[in-house]
Amino acid sequence: MAAAAVRAGLPVLLAVLLSATAATAQQPSRPVDDQQAYEIAAELRCVVCQNLSVADSPSEMASQMRAIVRERLAAGESPAQVRQYFVERYGQWILLSPPRRGFNLLVWLAPLVAVVVGLGVVALLVRRWTARRRPTPPPVDAAMKERIRRELESEP
Amino acid sequence: MRRPWRWLVPLAALPVLALLAYGFRLNPRDIPSPLVGRPAAPFALTSFDGAPVELAALRGKVVVVNFWASWCYPACYEEAPVLERGWQAYRDRGVVVLGIDIQDKDEAGRKFIADFGLTFPNAPDRGGRVSVDYGVYGVPETFFIDRDGHVRVKHVGAVTEPAFRDAVERLLAAGPGAVR
Repeated sequence: MAAAAVRAGLPVLLAVLLSATAATAQQPSRPVDDQQAYEIAAELRCVVCQNLSVADSPSEMASQMRAIVRERLAAGESPAQVRQYFVERYGQWILLSPPRRGFNLLVWLAPLVAVVVGLGVVALLVRRWTARRRPTPPPVDAAMKERIRRELESEP
Repeated sequence: MRRPWRWLVPLAALPVLALLAYGFRLNPRDIPSPLVGRPAAPFALTSFDGAPVELAALRGKVVVVNFWASWCYPACYEEAPVLERGWQAYRDRGVVVLGIDIQDKDEAGRKFIADFGLTFPNAPDRGGRVSVDYGVYGVPETFFIDRDGHVRVKHVGAVTEPAFRDAVERLLAAGPGAVR
C-alpha cells in the first residue's frame, strides 16, 4: 500500500506535465489510470535515448509518446492494444523486454541453461578435487606392521 | 590420463560464440521499419503557411514525406537543398514532397524553411502524432509512398540526390495500381 503510494508520485508528476498537451489534443472520453499509463510507458523504449524507457526519459519525443499512451487509453483502448500500436510502427524493438516466444526465447532461456550447466561443471570439479585430496594410504606389508607394533609398544 | 569429454568444453562454447558474432555485427541503432509495404498512415496537418497538408488528398501521386527539424544539424541541412531540387524536378510528373517538422519550435522551423528557400509544403507536427504513426525515431527520415498510398522506401539519414531519384523513378515507373 505504502509502496503504491510512493510509486503513484511519478505518474502524478507526468500527468501534470502532460496535461497541457492532452488538453489541447482531445477531451478524454474515459478517465485514464495514471498507474496503467505509467506501466505502459515503462515498457516502451525511448526511441531517441540509449536504454531508457519512455516513462523515464525527459526527452520531448518520450513526453509526446506518453501523451499518446494516455490519449489511446482515454479513447478506450486496452494496454495490450496501446502496446500493439507502438509495435506495429516501430517493431518489437520498441518493447524493452522482448515477448517470450520464438527466437526471443533464447534470451530468456540461455541464462537458465548457463546456470544449470555452470552448476553441473562446479559439481563435477568439486567432486574431482575432493577425490584427489584424499591421500591413499601407502601399502603396509607385514614387516612394516611388525615395526609399527614394536614402536608403539616401546613408547613409555 | 586422457579424458574423452575434454573437447566438449570448447565445442559447447561454439554456439555461444556464433550467437555473439551474429549479435555484435548488428547495428543496435538500425531499426528495420515494419511499415515498408504497408499503407501509409493518413495524416492531416496545417502547413506553416496555413494550407492543409493531407495525405489522403494526394492519392494517385508519388509522395515523399520527409521528417526534419531545425536542430538536426548537419543531416537536415545537407538534405534540404536536395529535397527542394527534387521537388522542382519532379513536381510536374506527379510527385509531391512534404516536409514535417518534428520536435521543433515553430519560429526555428520557419527560419529553416526561409533560409533554404523551401517551396514544397512544410507542416509542424506539434503533438508528435504523425512522427509516431510513421515510427520515426530520429531526424531526418524520409518515406517514399507510392500512388496507391503504400510506404515503399524508408530512408534514414540525409537523402542524397541519387537516393531521391532512384526511389522516385522506381515508384513513377511502377505506375498506378501496380503491386510489387
